[in-house]
Amino acid sequence: MATEATAEAGKAVGMPQLDFSTWPNQIFWLLVTLVVIYLVLSKVALPRIGAVLADRKSTITNDLAAAEELKQKAVAAEKAYNDALANARTEAAKIIAAAKAEIQKDLDAATAKADAEISAKAAESEKSIAAIRDGAAAAVAEVARDTAAELVAALGGSADAAAVGAAVTERLKG
Amino acid sequence: MATEEHGSGLQIHPMDQFVVKPLFGDGPVEWYTPTNVTLWMGIAILAVVALLVLSTRRRAIVPSRGQSVAELFYGFIHKMVEDVTGHEGLKYFPYVMTLFMFVFLSNMLGLIPMSFTTTSHIAVTAVLALLVFLTVTLVGFYRKGIGFLAMFWVSSAPLALRPVLALIELISYFVRPVSHSIRLGGNLMAGHAVIKVFAGFAGVMGVASIVPIAGIAAIYGLEILVAAVQAYVFTILTCVYLRDAVGDAHH
Repeated sequence: MATEATAEAGKAVGMPQLDFSTWPNQIFWLLVTLVVIYLVLSKVALPRIGAVLADRKSTITNDLAAAEELKQKAVAAEKAYNDALANARTEAAKIIAAAKAEIQKDLDAATAKADAEISAKAAESEKSIAAIRDGAAAAVAEVARDTAAELVAALGGSADAAAVGAAVTERLKG
Repeated sequence: MATEEHGSGLQIHPMDQFVVKPLFGDGPVEWYTPTNVTLWMGIAILAVVALLVLSTRRRAIVPSRGQSVAELFYGFIHKMVEDVTGHEGLKYFPYVMTLFMFVFLSNMLGLIPMSFTTTSHIAVTAVLALLVFLTVTLVGFYRKGIGFLAMFWVSSAPLALRPVLALIELISYFVRPVSHSIRLGGNLMAGHAVIKVFAGFAGVMGVASIVPIAGIAAIYGLEILVAAVQAYVFTILTCVYLRDAVGDAHH
């Protein structure tokens, strides 16, 4: 073993732990070491690691809060969208109803006007038809009277115009 | 000595690895002499710097592997101090962390073949334990004044028993640094010595040395566990002792 090779003086006599001549040396270097480690830890390492851990914690907390906020925003946005959609629907329905009503009104007015014109025209036509009918009836009576008088004359009688007329009128009525 | 070894055929020196010797030359070991103790404690400092400072230099929100390890150590000890000592004890977190990192890294570095295990020396562990003992005693008297002595007066016991219990408590209080230090030093020393003995067998057994080599591998695994567990035990006992001084929990 190398310890044997390196130093003949390195041979242990009994327990080296109980060789009190080396104690001051060990204690001195131990105290130096502890002070150095303590300074390194308390001045540099521990504050740094503590800060990193705190940073991470706050970062995670902040990110979670931000995520929560964004989620709320998304929910609000969806709600706003749905509201807008519903509003638009009602608005559209209202506009359609209004348009329908207007069209109906126009239609009614036009229908009424057309009806009035039609009935006026019908009345006029009826009147002229009645006039024509009356004219026709008068002409038929005249023709009948003339024909009757001619028939009476042809049969050899002398027709009294007034009597023939009365008889024809009598027959036309019946 | 050489002839004697030659005669027996076995050259096992399990304690040689613990010898403190100067790094340069063969002079006497004065208190300031740079020795192998200095070297391995220096390496422990470098390991602390590499593990906790260099690995965290980017201060990443999403940690690298090294930074994760550093944060793991930080969180482990921080939680231990907070759980055992209470919130008040967090003031002593850098101190506890120093002890833990030194003991843990010294134990681990000691497992490198040919290395020197500083924490296997009673001188080192005794100073560590005495530092804890003095800290607890001074902080206890500073924070609670004479009330710190109430720790020894078990008010939940019958009045007649209290003086006896007080004596036992007092003795156990002063035995603490002894058990605290010998537990750590003894564990480390024993494990390393056993590995060395097995290695000595392996050197002279020829083909059959596969048996001690397998034994070394098994014990080495156990020693890794011991190194970590002893660092943990040393640290959690420090926290338990600190609670007496800091917290209001009763002994």
